[in-house]
Parts: sequence; C-alpha cells; structure tokens
Amino acid sequence: MAPIATFIPDAAKRRRVQRTLAGYFFISPGLLGLALFLVGPLIYSLWLSLTEWDIISPPVFVGLENFRTAFLDDKLFWVSLYVTIRYTLVAVPLTLVAALAAALLLDLNIRGISGFRAIYYLPAMTPAVASVVLWRWIFNSEFGLLNYILDFVGLPKVEWLISADVVMYSFWIMALWSIGPMMIIFLAGLHGVPRTLYEAAEVDGANAWRKLWAVTIPQLSPVILFNLVIGLINTFQVFTAGYLLTAGGPKNATLFYVLYTYRNAFEWLKMGYAASLSWVLFAIVMVMTIFIFRSLGRAVHYEAG
Amino acid sequence: MGRVATRIAIWVILCGGAVAMILPFLWMISSSLKTRSQVWVFPPDWIPDPVQWHNYVEALSGLPFHVYTFNTLRITIPVLLGTLLTASMCGYGFARMRFPGRDTLFMVFLSVLMLPAIVTMIPVFVLFTHLGWVNTLKPLIIPPMLGGGPFNVFLFRQFFRTIPNELSDAARMDGCGDLYIYWRIILPLSRPVLATVAIFTFLANWNDFIGPLLYLQSDSKKTIALGLATFLGLYSTNWELLMAAATAVTIPALILFLFCQRYFVEGVVLTGLQGV
Repeated sequence: MAPIATFIPDAAKRRRVQRTLAGYFFISPGLLGLALFLVGPLIYSLWLSLTEWDIISPPVFVGLENFRTAFLDDKLFWVSLYVTIRYTLVAVPLTLVAALAAALLLDLNIRGISGFRAIYYLPAMTPAVASVVLWRWIFNSEFGLLNYILDFVGLPKVEWLISADVVMYSFWIMALWSIGPMMIIFLAGLHGVPRTLYEAAEVDGANAWRKLWAVTIPQLSPVILFNLVIGLINTFQVFTAGYLLTAGGPKNATLFYVLYTYRNAFEWLKMGYAASLSWVLFAIVMVMTIFIFRSLGRAVHYEAG
Repeated sequence: MGRVATRIAIWVILCGGAVAMILPFLWMISSSLKTRSQVWVFPPDWIPDPVQWHNYVEALSGLPFHVYTFNTLRITIPVLLGTLLTASMCGYGFARMRFPGRDTLFMVFLSVLMLPAIVTMIPVFVLFTHLGWVNTLKPLIIPPMLGGGPFNVFLFRQFFRTIPNELSDAARMDGCGDLYIYWRIILPLSRPVLATVAIFTFLANWNDFIGPLLYLQSDSKKTIALGLATFLGLYSTNWELLMAAATAVTIPALILFLFCQRYFVEGVVLTGLQGV
C-alpha cells in the first residue's frame, strides 16, 4: 500500500500548484494592469510629491516642502478644499435622499413604471460635455430656461453662473438632475428586500410609513452606505463641469480641488506640487471612507450568510 | 378611497419629477431648431418657427465631427473587446477558482475604486510622455485593455458567482480545463452581464472628457466629447448651433439606451449587487 500513500499527497500537491497557476493566469491581465498603471505610478507619484519639477528640467528633491507650501502659504489650496467640501456637504445628502425617494416610488407596481424609470435615468446618459453645453444655456441669465421658469411664476431672475454667491446652487441643481445611477443601485437593493418581512409587518398592523422605517431602511442600509461612500468619492473628484461650465469662477467660487490640481499639473507644469496635492486628496478620501465605515458600519444591517 | 388618493398623489409626484428630468432635453431640441434671432427672445417660444434643420448641418460641419466620430470609434472598439475579454477572465478567476492570495488581491482590486483618478493621472501622464504616446490614441486604448477596470471585474465576478457549480463540476469530471469551462460554459451563460459591461464601456468612452483632454492635441486626433468642448469654445454664444451639436452628440447614447434599457436597469438590478 505504500506507493499509493506517497502518490496521493504528491498528486494533490501538484494539482494545487496547477490550480494556483491557472488562477493567476486568469487574473493576469488585471494584475499586469494593476502593476503598470497603478502600483508603479503610485510609487513614482509619491516620489514626485517630494520634488519640484516642471517636466522640462530634472526634478529637484525638496522633501516635504510641497506639503508645507500647500498648508501654510497657498490660499488657493484652501479655497479649492473649501469649495469641494461645500459642494459635497449639500450634493451628497441631496442626491442620496432624492435618489432613494425616486427608487421607492419607482419600485411600486404602477402602470407605466418602466417608462418612468427610463425617464429618470435619461439624464445620466447625456455625455458630460453635452450636458455642460446644455446647462450653460439653461443657466443663461437673460434667455435661459431656468430664469424663464422663475419669471413665469413671478420670481426675479437669478445670475446662475455669474454671481459667486449663487453659482454653487447651479452645480447642486445639475447634481439633482443626474441621480439616475444612484437610483438604479437603490432599486437593485430594494429588489433584494424579502417580501416576507413586509408581510410580517402588515400582520403586525404597520402602515406604509412604519414599514419604510422598520423594514425598508434597515434592510437597505448596506446599499445606503455604499451609495454614500461612492457619492462622496465622486463629488470630491468633480472636474468636467467646473472646468467647462465656469472655469473655476466666478471669483474662484467653483475652483474644485481636482480642477486646481489639474491646473497645477497640466497648465502650470508644477508636477511635483500637483502630485502632493493629489496625495492630500487621497488621504482625505481614505480617512473619510474609513471614518464612515467605522462609525456607520456597525449600524448597518447585514443579512446573515 | 384613501388607497386611490395615495396612488394619484404618487403618480402626480412621479410625473412632476419626470417633467423636471425631461424639460432640459426638450429645451435643447427646441433651441437647436431655432433661428439665431429666435433664440434671443424672452419669454421663449417652445415651438421653433420656422424649423431650422440647417443648424445641424452647420454645426456638424463647423468642425470635423466625422473625424472625431471615427477617432472615438477607433478607441471604443478595441477597448470594448479588450475589456470584455480581460475583465471577464479576471472575474472568472476571482469567482470560480481557488488559489492562495485570491481574496486579498480582490480586495486590492476593489480598493482601487476609492483611489481618486488624479493620483495616478499625473505619473501615468509622465510615463506616456516618455514613451512618446502623447497625441496618439494609445494612452486611451492600452490601459483599459488590461483588466478593464475594477468595477467591470466586480460585475463579472458577481454574475459568475450566481452560476451553479454543477455545470462546471460536470465538465471537470469529463476532463475539461478551466479555459474550456470559462469560454464554452460560463461565457455563453453570461450574456446579460456581457451586455451590461459592453454598454457601460461604450458610454464611458463615448463620454470621456479628461482622458482625451490630457492626451489628444491635434484636431485629427480628437474625440467627439473633446471636439464638442472645442466647439463650445469657438461658438460660445451661437446657442442654436451649440444645442444642435449637443443634441447630435447625445442622440447615439440615447438610442443605445432605448434599445438596451433592460440591461441598464435590470442588468444592474439583477447582477450588480448580489452578495456585496
């Protein structure tokens, strides 16, 4: 019996090695992409953030000087951070609530519901540049659609893109218009709520409002958390609208963080400084995400198994 | 009675939202068909009179939009094929194979979603500058062909996990390798997720702005989105032409949506979130 006893472990070991190799073969394109366009660039960027470099002459090592400049000397760094946080603090809760409300209504069994779903998703299909062109015309102070509506209901016209006090409202309105993807993810979550829970709540005599708070919201909490985190990460990275709609103005009121970083890197060729700005953003997003998972993660209801 | 009243109330709210969503589109189309003098009228007329179809001709010949379309397709088609192949391979590896390091690597993949794009954009730009790839389409084609982005890998993995193991076990008994199982058994069963990823990839490329902005400089290399931005710079107050160009750029995306709607809504609903 001895030959078999030694044969089995050997074969099992070989099969395990084979399976590992096969597994790595399948994920190899992703790993290669990760190494070439992520890990390598990250290390390089970390080094860049410690240099002063205009792309043309060789980089000069300056240690943490870039970070010191950003935090202590660069007023625009703080302006762009403030603009981005202000945008985020309103846009994320606003879109989260609107998308959830829309998803709740679009989950009902009503005639024509798939048509409504399509319409609510439509804005998300508009190419970003086309929607900027369109909204620039909608926000036009004299002949735009929005001021026409205000005028129609007897309200005064607003200088949507011209007044530094108002311009952020324009961006929030645009954010509301494109809740489609968030709404779809909520719909997916609602799909997964077991019907039996609603039936049990009905047996207990719960009305629609009570069912929403006792069943839907707790069951949906992982999806809410997901949308919250993705929403925050996305709003911190707003670029196209700030670049094309207002070019950061008026008076830097829409100088979003990524736009300011982009300018440092690709317009002023301060590659080292821009790299450090990008790492500050990365740190903010990471701390924020971890904080949210730590503080809300426990409150989130996860289905067992 | 209360039931009926609530139903009507819900319907009214839904209609209100739908009007808000669709009004900008109607405004865009209406403006795109007006004469220049009609655009500058307050309060505006919704129905253009006369209808200026010529705006579309003028807008689309104002810049070489046919070249931009060709370039966009030259980027989109290889990226689409590369993404479908490599993202599904990675998804298969993560979903249906067991090997040491798999779960850690998958977490690394997922955590990339948290990384702001600008962090890698700067060093990758430097890399492509050194390779002499600036003002070529390569920086926009090659990176997505390696894995197709973590979100697509995630979608494939989630879908593959729902396919019963019995199917691949039976094939394994017959002596089939993983490559065969992946290509002949799993992929043919995965049309919904293939369609979803294909649509998202097509749109991402059709709409991408910052990538072309960084890498494409000469007119002969520009994509549609970048071309439209250039057009906005040149014709900044010719709203009827701008609206015509914006409508023309939007229509392909909307047509795709109307034909493939179920893959957006149902595709994500049914595949996207199981076992997050």
